Amino acid sequence: MVLEHAMKPQDFATEVHNDWCPGCGDFGILRTIQMALAELRLEPHRVALVSGIGCSAKTIHYVRTYGVHTLHGRALPFATGIKLANPNLKVLCVSGDGDGLGIGGGHFVNAGRRNLDMLYVIHDNGVYGLTKGQAAPTLKLGVQTKSLAHPNINDAVNPIWLALAAGATWVARGYSYDVKHLRDLIVQGIQHKGYAFLDVLQPCPTYNDINTKEWYGGEDRKEMNAGRALPRVYKMEDEDFDPVVRDASEIENKATQALEKALEWGDRIPIGVFYRNGLVPTYEERIQQRIPAYFEKPPSLQRIAGPHGEPLTDLTKLVNRLTIRPT
Amino acid sequence: MPPGSRKVNDLSWMIGGPQGSGVDSAANAFARGCAHGGLNIFGKREYYSNIMGEHSYFAVRATTGTVRSHVDVVNILASFDAETVFRHARDVSDDGAIIYDPSLGSTKVADVPTIDRRASSDLRAYLNGRGLGETVNDMLTAAKQRGIALVPVPFHDLLEQVAEEFKVDQLSKIARMINMLAVGASFGALRFDFGMLEKALEDVFRAKAAVVRMNAAGARRAYDLAATLEPDFRYRLEHVPGQPPKLFLSGSQATALGKLYGGLRFQTYYPITPASDESEYLEANEILDVDARSLPPETSDSTFAKEKGASILVVQTEDEIAAVTMATGAALTGARSATATSGPGFSLMMEGIGWASINEVPVVITLYQRAGPSTGMPTRHEQGDLRFALHAGHGDSPRILLASGDFEECIRDGFRSLNFAERYQMPVIHLVDKALANNSGTIPLPRLSDLRIDRGNLVPDGHAYSEESPYKRFDFDKGPMSPRAVIGTENTIFWNTGDEHDELGHITEDVVLRNKMMEKRDAKLQLAGREIPDDEKINYFGPRDAETVIVSWGSTKGAILDALDRLWAAKQKIGFLQIRLISPFPTSAVAGVLEKAETRVDVEMNYSAQLAGIVREQTGIAMTHTIVKYNGRPMSSSELFDALTAVHLGKAEPRTVLTHGA
Repeated sequence: MVLEHAMKPQDFATEVHNDWCPGCGDFGILRTIQMALAELRLEPHRVALVSGIGCSAKTIHYVRTYGVHTLHGRALPFATGIKLANPNLKVLCVSGDGDGLGIGGGHFVNAGRRNLDMLYVIHDNGVYGLTKGQAAPTLKLGVQTKSLAHPNINDAVNPIWLALAAGATWVARGYSYDVKHLRDLIVQGIQHKGYAFLDVLQPCPTYNDINTKEWYGGEDRKEMNAGRALPRVYKMEDEDFDPVVRDASEIENKATQALEKALEWGDRIPIGVFYRNGLVPTYEERIQQRIPAYFEKPPSLQRIAGPHGEPLTDLTKLVNRLTIRPT
Repeated sequence: MPPGSRKVNDLSWMIGGPQGSGVDSAANAFARGCAHGGLNIFGKREYYSNIMGEHSYFAVRATTGTVRSHVDVVNILASFDAETVFRHARDVSDDGAIIYDPSLGSTKVADVPTIDRRASSDLRAYLNGRGLGETVNDMLTAAKQRGIALVPVPFHDLLEQVAEEFKVDQLSKIARMINMLAVGASFGALRFDFGMLEKALEDVFRAKAAVVRMNAAGARRAYDLAATLEPDFRYRLEHVPGQPPKLFLSGSQATALGKLYGGLRFQTYYPITPASDESEYLEANEILDVDARSLPPETSDSTFAKEKGASILVVQTEDEIAAVTMATGAALTGARSATATSGPGFSLMMEGIGWASINEVPVVITLYQRAGPSTGMPTRHEQGDLRFALHAGHGDSPRILLASGDFEECIRDGFRSLNFAERYQMPVIHLVDKALANNSGTIPLPRLSDLRIDRGNLVPDGHAYSEESPYKRFDFDKGPMSPRAVIGTENTIFWNTGDEHDELGHITEDVVLRNKMMEKRDAKLQLAGREIPDDEKINYFGPRDAETVIVSWGSTKGAILDALDRLWAAKQKIGFLQIRLISPFPTSAVAGVLEKAETRVDVEMNYSAQLAGIVREQTGIAMTHTIVKYNGRPMSSSELFDALTAVHLGKAEPRTVLTHGA
């Protein structure tokens, strides 16, 4: 399913007019998805990109793969259905933080229980952009972005903690303005065998006037740094953070370390991979334990009818069990 | 008793007991025993939303003729607890019998905590009105006064004898067998061939030979005792030899079989009563055999060899929103997909159904109705979701809606739901209900050889789409059912969105495209209305020139037909119009029947006579009478017979409410 010839990100572009606001962090995510698909040389018809509702959800219309723009909060179960019915497809799922952690929070938790082999990307900007800037689940307590009448009365959920608690086996955070780093994360997330969760810090230039590109980039801290910006975002790998579980005995330490790291916010915001555990069987592998031919003959690839519509399912065994033959 | 007054092979039997005590398996054994003896069976199961302790009961009818419903009267009441006697003794016919545990004689109504206040005061009023006390013995005395035979079975003593025979050290280990002792006593009073019960016990306990032997030994003791105590019992069951094989199944199983035969390969569900049974049955049978006779030899040998490859994947989801959306996702890849649910779960599926409709995705929702609104009565019956299913979701979203009336229709409708979904590229809602789901019965082995799978306008392998001639999922020129590609097919990239979209599937708010898409989607429904033959939309029973016509839908069919058999035997000219397809509504077929009828009687298991409203909306024809029931217990053919007779004699009010049940 991998192409022989090199591909360009542009090969995964569509002609659809992009109506995101100028300067939107979503552009970085869109671009890096296209870059990652090109780098992995994936055939467009073997890829399904699934989204929920909101600005993030429009991503799929700008990518030339199967694009399934679903319902608010429901990207994951749609994506799960596609992947389970045909595990040979590459499935990527994108949401916003309101979409994925608010209205879709239940699916977020249950996706972790399954460990389906797919990547889930959350465009994390703390606001509901498309409905004009209401507070979203990752906006911190007491923060008042510009369209809020009052400071936020809810505290923020920590997506990294939640993903770890739910059971995601690859958990990472990217920053939409660090394109190369984000592309590498998306490539890694696609390649990870199991459920990969990627939280992407994605400033909303229109409604989040607190967590802006300038804020992440530390433009406000020039005085502390001899006139140069002092970025808040830093890469964990630059500090030799090792997220990889190599043996089941390491799970507790690596998970604890990831949780601790994920508490950092404010002056120092870590990006990169928090946790990676390739030892957990995928949902597909668990199914194969019960249905041995699952990968060769998943639900979508089974022939169900003969040349003239003759049903191919043989009910004899089941009907016999329900048959009574009077004496 | 002179043999002429015996009632042979026409019996209404009931067993009751606390949930968890084996009432269902006892009824299963009784029914199977009768079926092994060549009798036809209909069984009605009633239970509380409770794991253990509340009262459940199972009514079984056994006859040589056709039987499709229960009746209000009980000829043998088999009990082993006090509550069953209290709750059902009044339903026993004067010539019937009550099997009971004599050690419970002094138990009072007030001693049974699961009899609630309303039922308890009703019982006390009944007993006090007869100058009796408030115990089981008083209840039995009242029964005896009516001529009912009392069959005391000392269950404890019989269990002790079995324990001794089989060297069981603790009586508690075999206490469960009490249910089969009650069945044994029933067969004894009926003088039915005990060998039939042994066969039934083998069915029920499958491979556990020791359990079969022990239960048979206990049942035999109870059998002999009852036969001795009631040598002249009026009711008898006799072995009818030479009967053909029959299916003995529930509606859940029937629906599952139909869906499997129709090529269902992906089913989702979230646990809910009474819908889960279907999914659990599918999951327990997930590896499928293939009938490769229609395939060219080379394919049948290799790819589709038996036990190689065919399966259904059943996924238990986190909620019903995930259930419907996951099934929809799977359908996008070409797998025939469905979900099964009941009212509260169906409520959660609205948005997903709308999405499937606007994106023209073939997904089937099997809706097992139960008593609503809200949680309502989770384990009780109702046909209350007709209007809801018809309009489920916001906006005008075409869907096909069909309703099954009996087990065989469950099979066929399960099959054709999947065909309709793919042919017309829209969600299909298949209405069944608690009564169909949980009731069981014998039916002739269904002939399904006419059924063919129709995948509709599906983009074939070797299609001609390319970069120069791109695929358009919602191609107007090839509509209204545009060629449907499935995810994973080369050169058929498409987009879906719950927003209004253009032919490629991208968002649009354009005024012209909006109208064209709305019209395209509706045109499919109109086409379905023209293509589906009348005899698959409606059934009509009885004389064509009947002046009185009953109109109904769904599982009331059995009670109606059984009541009609009696009315027709009395030479009454009554017809029955069963509406099987609700959307698109078969307006002309329905109007054609009803226009000629002077008396039009709507029969439904809901409060507001929902179908009557829909018929009037679609045809302009109003019902003259409605017969409704909404107490959570299915209609019996006997109460329906009475109500229809009153209508026929001109003695019925425009609205009759049926109330029988416990």
